[in-house]
Amino acid sequence: MSAHAEPLAGGHGHEEHHGPPEPHYSSRITPAVLGMFLFIGSEIMLFGSFFTAYFFVRVANGVQWPTPPYHLPVYVAAINTCILVTSSFTVHWALQSIKRGNVWGLRAGLLLTFLMGLTFLITQAVEYSRIGFNTSDGAFATIFFCLTGLHGAHVFVGLTILLFMTIRAFRGHFSAEHHHGVEIGGIYWHFVDVMWIVVYLTVYII
Amino acid sequence: MRNPLRSEAEAFNFLIVVIVGAVIIGVAAYINKWVGVGAAVLVVGGVAWWFVKSPSGDAAAPRLASSTPAGMRRILVVANETVGGQALREAIAARAEAGRTEILVVAPALNSPVRHWVSDEDGARAAAQLRLEASVARLGETGLAVRGEVGSGEPLQAIEDALRTFGADEIVISTHPVGRSHWLEQGLIEQARERFALPITHVVVDLSAEPD
Repeated sequence: MSAHAEPLAGGHGHEEHHGPPEPHYSSRITPAVLGMFLFIGSEIMLFGSFFTAYFFVRVANGVQWPTPPYHLPVYVAAINTCILVTSSFTVHWALQSIKRGNVWGLRAGLLLTFLMGLTFLITQAVEYSRIGFNTSDGAFATIFFCLTGLHGAHVFVGLTILLFMTIRAFRGHFSAEHHHGVEIGGIYWHFVDVMWIVVYLTVYII
Repeated sequence: MRNPLRSEAEAFNFLIVVIVGAVIIGVAAYINKWVGVGAAVLVVGGVAWWFVKSPSGDAAAPRLASSTPAGMRRILVVANETVGGQALREAIAARAEAGRTEILVVAPALNSPVRHWVSDEDGARAAAQLRLEASVARLGETGLAVRGEVGSGEPLQAIEDALRTFGADEIVISTHPVGRSHWLEQGLIEQARERFALPITHVVVDLSAEPD
């Protein structure tokens, strides 16, 4: 707008405008950031509902955790935790590599991340088969499978994203200038990792 | 507020914070159950407080898009309801007497928090645009080179946005008098002086004392 320019919109202009007004986005909250906040909010509510059930069963109802005679495989889960945490470091390394134009670093990082994520999921499946109780064996068992299973579903989604990222990396779709697909996938993978740490701490440790 | 998922690097840092917090809580819980609960409350509360209080991450001083041409002085004026105030016009005119002056008036589109968060800013921007239009027209009558823009509803962000394309030599912020100004209540002037390495002048416009 200028002091000497033509009149502005708002009933003063000569051009007729049809349809809805042009969207205005705040420079502080872009649609992408708002979307991310909504995503976080929905995930907090989803996991929050499961954790509410967990605390209700354990604190309000006083159910012994784990309910005898069952035992939780704390050490296997600890190794699994180390694998998942390491996978976050490799995805971070992958992104840092492509930012410097190191395509092979990106490919190696993503491949390692995918393999470690797959290892985590397979270990969890093996743990389920050997754990000695099922979802029908009381509130403790139900909550255990719900919380770890919900997280496992997130890992599965993350692995699918990682698979596509890895394929695209080997096809040369990413460069130092264009790596948004790695950035977004990396954020999701870190989120999955953070959620596992919370789940591991509450279900296995405390 | 800092968004921990703004970028992969931020998310990675957040992960590190969570790992450290988890170790603290785990060790405390191993010592005693209630120590663990206390540690959990402290760690979660501390992390939440840090995220709420720390800057959003885009608070770095903006790079100026262009330098001021030789012999030209650029002034960025930030005002909303007081944008047409006489005191502000006089302050701008006084600066213009010093030589060639280019002025950019930015009117933040003030909005309700709910509308701001859902990006429903059409009404606020339209109202700010009308005020700006009238003000720029009046300033233009004096022969000044004046442009106007509607900015973000948050004045500090509006200043930062404007500085990216307008290399100002001075910032003039116009507000209502103390007691009637939300901007002064929020400490806008102090925050702007802290954030932007430019001379900042505060002009108080008392619209109730001005003739219609």
